Parts: sequence; structure tokens; C-alpha cells
Amino acid sequence: MVETATPSPAPKAPATNKLNLTLADYKGSPSTLCDGCGHDAITSQIIKAFWELSIEPHQVAKLSGIGCSSKTPAYFLSRAHGFNSVHGRMPSVATGTHMANHKLITIGVSGDGDTASIGLGQFGHLIRRNIPMVYIVENNGVYGLTKGQFSATADVGSTLKDGTVNRQSAIDLCGLAIELGCGFVARSFAGDPKQLVALIKAALAHEGTAVLDVISPCVTFNNHEGSTKSYKHAKEMDRPLHELGFIPFYEQITVDYEPGTVQDVEMHDGSHLRLKKLGHDYDPTDRFAADRAIHQSHKDGTLLTGLLFHDKDLPSWTQLNNLVDQPLSRLSQEQLRPKKEVLDEIMKSLT
Amino acid sequence: MKTLARDSKDMTEDKKLIVNDFSIHVATVNGSGSQSSNTVLLRSIFQMGIPVSGKNLFPSNIMGLPTWFTIRVNKDGYIARKKEVDILVAMNPQTAIEDVKELRPGTVCVSPIELNLDKIRDDVKHYQVPFGELASQATDNVKLKKLVTNIIYVGVVAELLEIDQAEIDRAIEAQFEGKQKAIDLNKKAAMIGREWAKENLKKADPYKVERLDLTKGKIIIDGNQAAAIGCMMAGVSAVTWYPITPSSSLCEYLIDYLHKYRVDKDGKNTFAVVQAEDELAAVGMAIGAGWAGARSMTSTSGPGISLMSEFCGFAYFTEIPVVIFDVQRVGPSTGLPTRTSQADLLSTYFLSHGDTKHVVLLPNSVGECYEFAMAAFDLAERLQQPVFVLTDLDIGMNNWMSDPFVYPEKPFDRGKVLNAEQLEKAGGFARYKDVDGDGIAYRTLPGTEHPKAGYFVRGSGHNENAAYSERPEDYVKLMDRLLKKLETAKQYVPQPVIEQNKDAKVGILAFGSTHWAIEETRDQLSREAKLPTSYCRVRSLPFTDGVQKFVEDHDHVYVVEQNRDGQMLDLLRLEMPQLATKLRSVKHYNGLPVDAESITTQILEQEKNV
Repeated sequence: MVETATPSPAPKAPATNKLNLTLADYKGSPSTLCDGCGHDAITSQIIKAFWELSIEPHQVAKLSGIGCSSKTPAYFLSRAHGFNSVHGRMPSVATGTHMANHKLITIGVSGDGDTASIGLGQFGHLIRRNIPMVYIVENNGVYGLTKGQFSATADVGSTLKDGTVNRQSAIDLCGLAIELGCGFVARSFAGDPKQLVALIKAALAHEGTAVLDVISPCVTFNNHEGSTKSYKHAKEMDRPLHELGFIPFYEQITVDYEPGTVQDVEMHDGSHLRLKKLGHDYDPTDRFAADRAIHQSHKDGTLLTGLLFHDKDLPSWTQLNNLVDQPLSRLSQEQLRPKKEVLDEIMKSLT
Repeated sequence: MKTLARDSKDMTEDKKLIVNDFSIHVATVNGSGSQSSNTVLLRSIFQMGIPVSGKNLFPSNIMGLPTWFTIRVNKDGYIARKKEVDILVAMNPQTAIEDVKELRPGTVCVSPIELNLDKIRDDVKHYQVPFGELASQATDNVKLKKLVTNIIYVGVVAELLEIDQAEIDRAIEAQFEGKQKAIDLNKKAAMIGREWAKENLKKADPYKVERLDLTKGKIIIDGNQAAAIGCMMAGVSAVTWYPITPSSSLCEYLIDYLHKYRVDKDGKNTFAVVQAEDELAAVGMAIGAGWAGARSMTSTSGPGISLMSEFCGFAYFTEIPVVIFDVQRVGPSTGLPTRTSQADLLSTYFLSHGDTKHVVLLPNSVGECYEFAMAAFDLAERLQQPVFVLTDLDIGMNNWMSDPFVYPEKPFDRGKVLNAEQLEKAGGFARYKDVDGDGIAYRTLPGTEHPKAGYFVRGSGHNENAAYSERPEDYVKLMDRLLKKLETAKQYVPQPVIEQNKDAKVGILAFGSTHWAIEETRDQLSREAKLPTSYCRVRSLPFTDGVQKFVEDHDHVYVVEQNRDGQMLDLLRLEMPQLATKLRSVKHYNGLPVDAESITTQILEQEKNV
């Protein structure tokens, strides 16, 4: 008797995106951060956003400064070129990278120490130049890598583990970014993956500097009672401005909502960020309203999350600099070295 | 005896004429427009075929402080600064008395009559000129009167020295190109000065020019402009900078040239420029651009170099090409920001924390500013590391005569860069692996269309695969390979220029702008002290074998440099300790470009003590 083996069901192939790549293709090396670190939650959403948008990993440049947050580019998109630069200076390296190759999709990951203290100057000037890139601040209110000193985003009254109270005012990076003229400013929380992934996608679709300040609790040094950047505190005080959905440019926009309950914000590439109202009216294209809402949240001690401000009309550095379409890094000697007649002409003018 | 101008003693009495060999020192107030007039004077002599050089000794100020311009005319082609003043044009009332007091007897002094400088000294030859009155003849415009005064002294000096009026006119046309009104006014004013001098001054000094044929085909240019041309011809595509004297004009010239000559047929730029918020950002951008595959550069001076220190160590350790110009000035801190120096040598060679040694190029001339700018981009990409070009204020901002620059025949060296096809064939790559045994690994550029192209740059310890590593053996391997690269660099950097004199037991070693005084010093030593010398001009760091051999071949070697501590001497002692006792130091560090006489005197003094 011939036994015929019952064919075992083929293992279920992992889901792929439009490039036929799996989610695993967008991962990096294993994280070496503490278990439960907010940064790892953000890394997961970065991976998810790039995968779902079917972005070619080799077209991405991922950069960072120094600190726990700045280690994370090693943990996503291992096929992309990565650059862990010097403390607080990632914006300049990102600017140079963009100058050399404006076709790259640039994402920078920084922390509150890296951005709000040593890197405040470069952060400001990056925004002023409006270099197209996603700039994520993984904000936990402390210096994790040097064992828990206050950072400049620590709230007044917040305490360290040993009970030391912060008396100095906090720098609100979103408020500052709006003041500096940033065209895309959002805040989120590592504990709200749905909101976070939608905002990362929208930031990727924005042609200009997109600042995303994400409260990302430090489980080791700043997750205690008395901290205003703990999971518990953030969860309790989180006040989302709206419920978010991201509709990429290649998908049909459907209208299945009550008029007046939803606002679609159009991104440069034709994608939309759909804002579903939650109780109150908020217009993210109104700079004054954004400023007021942020100040009000300081007063109330709440964590205001969502798309705080968006200005689609702000020209990017690239639009203003009249570059050839080809990346400068790809230009040939024929394109880069002027002909002999040019040197002759210059020499003649000097005789 | 009265010492009025026209009656003062005739200085030519018992002297022969001195033709084409003197220096003119023009003292003015900065911001008064004297720079244009001085350039006209310089160019008109140059156009007569006579070797000439000009140095601007200016204050760190925009308007109102004293400034001096020296023009050296020399038939033998010596173009270093000359210490002595032969002709003073004392236009600045603030400094006139001091300026005149310092003159040697017999010097010529052209001055406004109302300064009454003849009352200060009667042993110099005064030519006193009613500049105010003459300016009124040239223009009714009160604002312009001050400016035309400067061109009037050019007219007076032209008459005294017998500079052709046609050459003055031509120089004015070149100086004010495209501004017909300015050309007309300046020509008129120069002529008023000349005519007045002809009618009212009795030539009573020995100095004059005579047409030669030694500048035909030559150009006049400053080093910053020359370096800018070099950068453009090298195909620079990312320029990131922060203004600082004396380097600002390098990037300013470069940006102008790029906008003129590096726009494609569709009107699009083949370059990008950012004026950064500080030097830290400037070099960070240049490094980012170098990593991503552009030919990137920044330009600065000493204080900026200090600020770039951390990033330069990073780029050295992570092996990213970038070109950095340092147009040296006197420091530390602001120091004397408008004076020249060679005191950044050590700080640049070792720039940053940890073990670092950089490749440093040391041009001596405007020609080498052009050539080394091009070489620097090739070196940076070949070696994958920062390459510094150290010039100084004297080369960078002063006018130098030069042969025209030669169009580069050598194609770009873009170094070891793998594309997608090569990656596919090789099945991947290890970013920091020494495949070829020269210490230089292969790199890929961001955006390369291959799943194995990506790698991670980190300032922390890493292994051959660019993965994080704190293993002691990985670190040692990496550091040793970086040192090997420096060894490899020796075959690519500009070699020293050595003039071996078989009769010489004494050698002179110098670098950069000091060269011009050395040429003259060697002639002085041989002529006046019968001391033949050999000469080694170091053109780069690290030292190549030729430098050591030169020291070995001589009884002793004078290391001549423009800094207080003898930085080149220190470096030679450090790298060739067995030869340390052969080395002697000659230093000049007062902020003025070094002159031959200062060097000759110091060498002869030390020779006495042998």
C-alpha cells in the first residue's frame, strides 16, 4: 500500500508591501535599550510607517546625534545608510546629506538633551532653512545615557528619582518650532501607536522640516511618581486633539463621515491626514490657535497631542535653491568641471 | 634754512638713480576708498612689465582706523615684504607724525601740505601737495572729494616715478570696469594730480620706474581667489561656510564663480551653498555632504578650526572626505584678526580629541592655492578623510603676481566607491575592511540601489562591518589601519621642493608664504656672507621621506616659520628625534609678513655662535 503523505499546509507567507518586502525587511539590529523603553515603541512605529508606505529602504538616510534616542537608527531599516553623528549636531549633517542628494528620504532621531540643550541652535537653524526631513524628538525629560540628569524639557515641579525638584522652565520644542516657522509640528506619545504611526506617515509626506515631539518615557530614570514624563502621567494627561488616519496618495479618499466632524489635511505628495474631531474644534493651519492651545496645555498641565500646526505653502530649502534634478552626488566630471574656455576667461580678466 | 617742500635738499645729489627697486608705503584711513587707488598704482607698474607685489596692512575695522598699503617694486622679482620704506605717501593725519618719524633719512615723503610734515623731519625729501584744493578742481561733490583725493596721490606719484599715464588710465578702467562715470572721474583726478606735480614739484629723489618685459602674460590675484578657482575646477558641489576674516573672501569668490560658471543649460545649479549658523554647523554640513557623495568644502580661520575640532575627529575616525581651508591669522582667540601668521600648524595637524593626525597641505603661492585646492578634493576622496589646506592672510588676501593657472589635465580621483553593480558582483562589502592593503577601505554612497549598500556610520568603536564594537582588538586594528592610511597618504600628497646646493652645509627649511622671503634671504646670505644654503620647502604633512633626507644631508638646518613656538620645528623633532640636534629655529611672529632681512639677520647671528 502506498502511503501518500498528506501535504502539510504551506507556511503562511508573511505579508508584503507594494515592493514585495516584508515588515522584517524594514527592521534593524536588536535594540540594546532598557526593556519597556518608550524609544523602542517609537522604533516599531517608524518601521511600520516606512513599510506600509512602501518606501525603498535604500532611498533612506537615517541620522541621529548622541544619547539613548540617537542609538535607535541602528534598530530600524538596516538596509538604509545610517549616521550616528556628534552630540546635538545631527541637523547639520542632515543638511549636508540633503545638499548632496536631495532625492534621499531623510529621517533624524534625536532626544530632548540632544535637541533642547546642546543642539538647540542647530535645531533652530534646520527649521529656519526648512530642510526636507522628518525630525523625531524622543522626549523623556532626562539624560538617560548619563544616568538620569534633568534635561531642558523637564517640567517645573517634576522630580528626579532622588526627589530633586526641577525649578527651571521647560523648553516646549513644538511651541519653539512653530515660533521658528516650522511647517509641520506634531506631538505624540510612545504609548499611542495608532496616532504616532499616522503622524510619522504624514511627516514623511511633508516637503520641509517636519518636527515630531514624542513623549517617550524613560523606564529607568524617569518613570516614577513625581515625574511628568512617566507612562502613567502621560496616559492620564494625554489630550489628543483629534483622531488620526493617514490616507496615502495612492489610495482613494472616501467620504463616509458626518459633515463637520472631519478635516482632511493635504500633504505635498497628495496624501491626506484625516483629523476626526474629538469634542472641540481645532484648526491645525491656524498658527495663533496652535500657539494658544500649547500655552493653555501648559497651564492645565495636560499633554496636547496630534497635529499641532501645518503650513503647506512654506517653500523648502530645496525649492529655493534651484538645484539640478539629479543628486549632486551623482554628477559627472563633465558636469562638475568647467571647460578650459572658462579658466581662460578668468585668467584673461586677471592680467 | 627753510625746509619747504620745493626747497628741501636734493636727495639725488651724490646718488645714482634707483630704477625699479623700491617700496612705496601708503598710509590712509580705512574705508576711505584707498584700496582702489592703491590697486591702480600697483597694476599700472605691473602693466609696465615690472615685477611688483602689494600688501595691505589693515585694521580689524570697517571705517576710520589707520591702514597701510605697501607696494614693492623689484626688478629681480623679489616679492616678499620689504622692511624699509623708500617712499611714504602719508595721507592719514592720525598717523602721519609717527609714520614720518620712523623713516630713514633720505626717504621720500608725499603728504598733504597742511600737515606740515616738513616741520617734523627735514632730513627726508618732502613733496607737499594741496590735495584739498586739487580735489575741488576734480569734483564739486563733497562726498566724492575724499575719494578722489586718493587717486590724486596716484597721479602725483605717477609723475614722480615716471609711470606712463596710459597705464594709469588702463588700470583705472580695469578697476572700475563697467562704471563709466567712476572711470571718467578717476582719470580726470589722476591727471590733475599729475599735471600739478609736473608744474610744481622739482624731482629730487633717485626713484623711478622703467619699462621692463618681466610681467608679460602674468596675472595678479590673491590666494583666496586662486583657491576659489581651484575649488570650482575641482568640481566642488557643496559649499558650507561661516564668515571669518581672513577667509571669507574665499567662499565669496567661489560662490560668485559657481553662479557664473556652474549653472547647467537649463539654468539649474550643479552646486549647493549654505551660509551656516557657525563653524560647527559649517563643517557638519560639509561632512554630511561628503558622506553622501558630494565634493564638499568649508573655509575658515583659526577660531573656526578650534570649533570644528570635534567634528574633524569624527570624520577622521569614520572616514569621511571633506576639504577644509584655514586661512591663518594671528591668535589665539580674536588675536590680531587682520594680521598674518603660521601658528595653526600643530593644532590643525592634530585637530580633535583622541589619536588624530590629518593630512595638511601647505601652499606657498597663489598658484599652489589653485593647485592644492584641486589636489585636496582628490586626496580627501582617495583617503576618505578630512584634508586641510593651510594658507595665511598674506597669501590669501594680498595681491600676488603669478603665471596664469594651467587647466587640469588629470581626471578627478573619486576614490574607492562601490556602485550597485559592483556590490552585486561582490555579494556585499565590509565598510571598514582593508581589502587592498593600503589602509583604505571601500565605501558606498547613500541612495545606492542595492539592499547591501547600506552601512552605519558611528563615532563609537566599530568593527570592519561598521557594527558597534568595544572589543580591544577591533579598536587597535582600526586605529592601526588609520595610521596606515597616513603612510599611504605620503605617496599622494605634494612632495617637498628641494633645492640642493652641493657647496652648502647649511640647510633652510620653510613652508607656505615664508618662501618668498627665503628666496631673497638665500641670495643675501650667499652674496653678503658667502654662506651657500640648500632649501627644503615642505608642502604637506605628513612629512615624506625627502624631508628627513634633507635634514640628514646637512650639518644643520634653519627651520623658518611665522609663529612664536617654532611649531614646524617641534613637529620635525617629534617625527625625527634622532635629527633634533641639527635643527635650529628662526621665527617671526609680529603679525606682519616676514621679510628677508629679519631672517638673514637671525641666521647670521646663530652662525656666529656655531
